[in-house]
Amino acid sequence: MSLLQLERVSKRFGALTVADEISFSVGEGEALGIIGPNGAGKSTLFNLITGNVAADSGTIRFGGADVTGAPPMARCLSGMGRTFQIPQPFEKLTVFENLLVAGSFGARRSEADVHERCAEILADTGLLDKANVPAGGLTLLQRKRLELARALATEPRLLLLDEIAGGLTEAECQALVATIRAIHAEGVAVVWIEHVLNALTSVVERLLVLNFGRVIGTGAPADIMDSRAVREIYLGIEI
Amino acid sequence: MSFIDTLVQGVLLGGLYALFAAGLSLVFGIMRLVNLAHGDLIVLAAFLLLVLVTGLGLDPFLAALLAAPLMFGAGWVLQYVLLNRTLGKDVLPPLLVTFGLSIIIQNALLEGFSADSRRISTGALETASVGLGPVTIGFMPLMAFLSAVAVIVCLNLLIYRTAIGRAFRATSDDAVTAGLMGIRPQRIFAMATGLAMVVVTIAALYLGTRANFDPTAGPARLIYAFEAVIIGGLGSLWGTLAGGVILGVAQTLGAAVNPEWQILAGHLAFLAVLLIKPRGLFPRAVD
Repeated sequence: MSLLQLERVSKRFGALTVADEISFSVGEGEALGIIGPNGAGKSTLFNLITGNVAADSGTIRFGGADVTGAPPMARCLSGMGRTFQIPQPFEKLTVFENLLVAGSFGARRSEADVHERCAEILADTGLLDKANVPAGGLTLLQRKRLELARALATEPRLLLLDEIAGGLTEAECQALVATIRAIHAEGVAVVWIEHVLNALTSVVERLLVLNFGRVIGTGAPADIMDSRAVREIYLGIEI
Repeated sequence: MSFIDTLVQGVLLGGLYALFAAGLSLVFGIMRLVNLAHGDLIVLAAFLLLVLVTGLGLDPFLAALLAAPLMFGAGWVLQYVLLNRTLGKDVLPPLLVTFGLSIIIQNALLEGFSADSRRISTGALETASVGLGPVTIGFMPLMAFLSAVAVIVCLNLLIYRTAIGRAFRATSDDAVTAGLMGIRPQRIFAMATGLAMVVVTIAALYLGTRANFDPTAGPARLIYAFEAVIIGGLGSLWGTLAGGVILGVAQTLGAAVNPEWQILAGHLAFLAVLLIKPRGLFPRAVD
């Protein structure tokens, strides 16, 4: 049975259709990449999945339960973790406190073991030396790492990554990819929106292409990259 | 009355003002809600204590212990059912609603208790004092000051050392993202207002035992609370204590010169601080 399943999910903002009968599913422990030009509705799709934006029609199932009308908090507790394209840390809290909040409330960890668990995650994501720095003072790479670390602290079964590699140098990107690959290897399902295709295809098993709010293709990365529709959309966009 | 004695009385009075202000500051800090009914809620709590003391014959301190969970519950429900609906991008709805609440509380108290001024009796403690040379320290004013310090220490520990405190700060920072971390912002806000009402109950104990109060005493207490918070600088509870002390000292010094100048002197001190440091003395102090 699939972990996440969308059936004909639609959303309109006024005259603009940002999600047009989107259907796809993600299996337990699977890694799916989502690509598409700017404005294709990729981030909106994440907002629909996490419940920050309500769907106009269609159903979203997570772990077998219908979560279409559930608030973001409930979806987080049932195992969805998410990073934002523009990192949104709690700026006045320290890096460690950012994780503790996620661990105490998102994963319902007791005060006794939340510290230990969050320290492990900080080490895994390379933020241990920044633990006691207010999150507002981090660099872009550190903020992106914190987004990832904080999502992990909620102990997700499904990790939604929104352009986490964007704006990073090649070396930074490779380090981040290694971290994500390790998370995926532990059995966490990943849905990853990314423009940096080589980073994406080194992790995901399947690609989904979105354009004008519609799914125009899914399949193995190699097949997708060869397909005509994708080449047309991406013509002029770096591959 | 010696100068030093006046100064000490002012500092102790400042503790009471800090108690008025701490709850206001807590609620504003976490949800950017200016509660214009804060002073009336203090007076409401004072009447609740009065009922418990005169009706059940309880000791005032015991009555406060009993009233605190009741006020916590009332604050929780008030926030969850009413005030949460007013929060949003627009700052006007919470102001209007709490202003209306202030009028409702005043008139309900007037209806229930008449306009007579009341006082909560503490028996022998009322006049108990310690003489230290030229300075005489009353037991109740000293308790008020020590309670203010204890409240601030406890609130700081709660806010900076516990899971619920981190949730307070995270929600204050970004309520939407907090929701994605498994926090229910509405409940966090309700918890914060409930907590503020516990502080309000403690403030009411010292307000009601120190001087007479009546149903219309709230707005003036609100003004003192505002002044203490703003003198101290937003975002620091220790700053709020300092603000209360400055206000208290200014008032007692003013009163020592001429009894009619007490209130005026406090407001002048407030204005002076605003002129010199518009953001307060300890804005965003690390505490």
